[in-house]
Amino acid sequence: MSITPNLLVFGALAGPAALAAIGVVASKNAVRSALCLVVNFFLLAFLYFTLQAEMLGITQIVVYAGAIMVLFLFVIMLLNLGSLQLFDEKKDIKQPIGIALGVSLAGMLAAVVVPNFMKVDDAKKVLPNYGSPQAVGSFLFTQYTVPFEGVAILLLVGVVGSILLAKRRIS
Amino acid sequence: MMSWLQGLDPTVQDVLSAFGRALLVILPIFMLVPFMIWYERRLLSWMQDRVGPNRTGNITFSRKSKLVPGFLKGKKFKLFGLLQSIADGVKLFTKEDILPGHIDRFLFLIAPSISLFVSLSLAGTLPWGPFPKLTPVADVNIGLLYVMAISSLGAYGSVLAGYASNNKYSLMGGLRASAQLISYELAMGVALGCMVLVTGSLKMTDMVAQQSQPLWGVVPFLYNWNVFTPWGFIATIVFFVCMIAESNRPPFDLPEAENELVAGYHTEYSTKRWGLFMMAEYIAMFTFSMIFFTVFFGGYLLPIRIDNPSFKAIEGYLAPLTMLGKGAFGLSLYIWLRATFPRLRYDQLMNLGWKFLLPLATGNLMIIASFLFAQKAYGNLAGAGVAAVGYILLIAIWLANRSKKSEVEKMESRTATMVSDTDTPTIVVGTRRKPAAPAPAPGGGE
Amino acid sequence: MVGVPLGAYLALAVFMFCTGAAGVIIRRNPIVIFMCIELMLNAVNLTFLSFARYKFAMVDPSVQEGSRQALAAADRAIGGQMMVVFIMAVAAAEVAVGLGIIMAIYRLRDNIDVDELNLLKS
Repeated sequence: MSITPNLLVFGALAGPAALAAIGVVASKNAVRSALCLVVNFFLLAFLYFTLQAEMLGITQIVVYAGAIMVLFLFVIMLLNLGSLQLFDEKKDIKQPIGIALGVSLAGMLAAVVVPNFMKVDDAKKVLPNYGSPQAVGSFLFTQYTVPFEGVAILLLVGVVGSILLAKRRIS
Repeated sequence: MMSWLQGLDPTVQDVLSAFGRALLVILPIFMLVPFMIWYERRLLSWMQDRVGPNRTGNITFSRKSKLVPGFLKGKKFKLFGLLQSIADGVKLFTKEDILPGHIDRFLFLIAPSISLFVSLSLAGTLPWGPFPKLTPVADVNIGLLYVMAISSLGAYGSVLAGYASNNKYSLMGGLRASAQLISYELAMGVALGCMVLVTGSLKMTDMVAQQSQPLWGVVPFLYNWNVFTPWGFIATIVFFVCMIAESNRPPFDLPEAENELVAGYHTEYSTKRWGLFMMAEYIAMFTFSMIFFTVFFGGYLLPIRIDNPSFKAIEGYLAPLTMLGKGAFGLSLYIWLRATFPRLRYDQLMNLGWKFLLPLATGNLMIIASFLFAQKAYGNLAGAGVAAVGYILLIAIWLANRSKKSEVEKMESRTATMVSDTDTPTIVVGTRRKPAAPAPAPGGGE
Repeated sequence: MVGVPLGAYLALAVFMFCTGAAGVIIRRNPIVIFMCIELMLNAVNLTFLSFARYKFAMVDPSVQEGSRQALAAADRAIGGQMMVVFIMAVAAAEVAVGLGIIMAIYRLRDNIDVDELNLLKS
């Protein structure tokens, strides 16, 4: 396999994304973790662009980086969980076990999955309109209507449930 | 030069041209910032019956000095204070840089840059003219979604600044900023969605092209701007309010309300970093108003329409100037609102966003959808009828809700405050002392 | 992208997934645990999208344009993206409820360390 310019672009996106993923787990401060996750999501959006899923890439930024992570930050600050003293992660047996489990899981998965697909290169010619808003929208409202409505109901239930949980009782 | 460019690898050419177009969006707006600040100060002063900065840059040449050439002796040159903001900028960038203690240093330093990054990249898909190269980054088919995506990142600058400053007021400012941005983004997205439905495309150029028809298909000397349709008018109002809230400007400047939070999320910032926040705010204002005018007021189209190829050509060449002019007009609207309205209370802000703008925009979206469906299936008249019925229903629902709401409102305004009545904040300054003896009544004693 | 093998995307996805899984085990702050779950979900999203792009999105020259087979091919190609849309929506719902639960617990106990939430144990 030779080094192509595209591979360099991929590396420039994937490397920082992987580092940010480590940052989420490793940083002691919850706000820093959230920020690392934002960076990861942002770079993932660009990776989606390289896969020609433009609609999903931009949705990734709007939904994850723009809404979900702001919500996370909001809750972290509201509960004041950002301060270091509250969560001094104790050195206990869980940490080495967790790291070992993670590494071994990664090793096994990578050993099984990745080599099989190292030869698979991208097609030169792709379906027209693959990943455009029109394609995603038309399939969402024709073939996938039932799951779409199901997800809509799920979101509604989620909203009602979270309001119920967060409501302060007025005595 | 051109032949050298053409000899390059096509990929490199693409990258170079992308850089060039990025400069096209960044540089003009960046260079306009000092003048925007001057313009705001002058316009605000005029509205408040003051003078404002009008001195800096005035030159009066000496009558007697030998160094002054003869024709300049005693001449006065007025610059109307245009150099005031440049002087301010020089002051900001040369002042002593103060970093408060106990801050989260890394986040504190990058927060202003995040703000600036967001406001600069907001205009990436904005068409500056009918030529494809005049769209700074790319005229992609997700243009409007890109605007939504980038503007949703705007919360990070203020939130992180508020958190990193290690200051209660800053934190409150950051919290308010995030809550406000999440709330108003929804209504803004739905309002843009209305226009996407009408246009049938997310491309900005398609939007402008759709608006370049004659008005309602009949008036030949006016453009079919989106604002002239009833749904477009409602979406315009919703988008305009949300746009002001998104750029944290008065009357929605809760995150930096000076009588509650000192200066909000940038309380602890000084010098360059504060200047970056300032620049980000003004750039976001200008870009947002250009987006507003592109979506609802025909973008680079002139206010009048003449069906004539030479007029079209002139309009095309004037396009960047038209955009700048419309941006300046939007800026004036911002300033006008700042001079006119008092700041909203926090619960008023939330009520306006969630209980008025979002339902209005959603109802509008439903009406457009049913109008388009009826028009396609049964013709124009049926469409108009459906729209009329829809709007009457919307108004009826609003009136019914309004009469019901009046009792509930009092309770809500009490419970929606950030600090509850029970845990009053106590501020301890120094050691506790006995309260000072009451001052003698004026006029008593001697 | 042409020149980037599918394995590269999968390697990143595997890495992210395992980092998230390890994070769920290691960390005690429930909000960070939530973030790790989001990380795992995103790894899965990346896998879906890259498989959809590399395996199903190419044009088959033998299939006539507009025919039934072409529509079926487009359906197969879009399937991965549809899954990602649904995963995003479910993740959003999950975050809304999860953060609500965290807020409720915090209000009740002033402490949300997951190691000390053991009322059901005794």
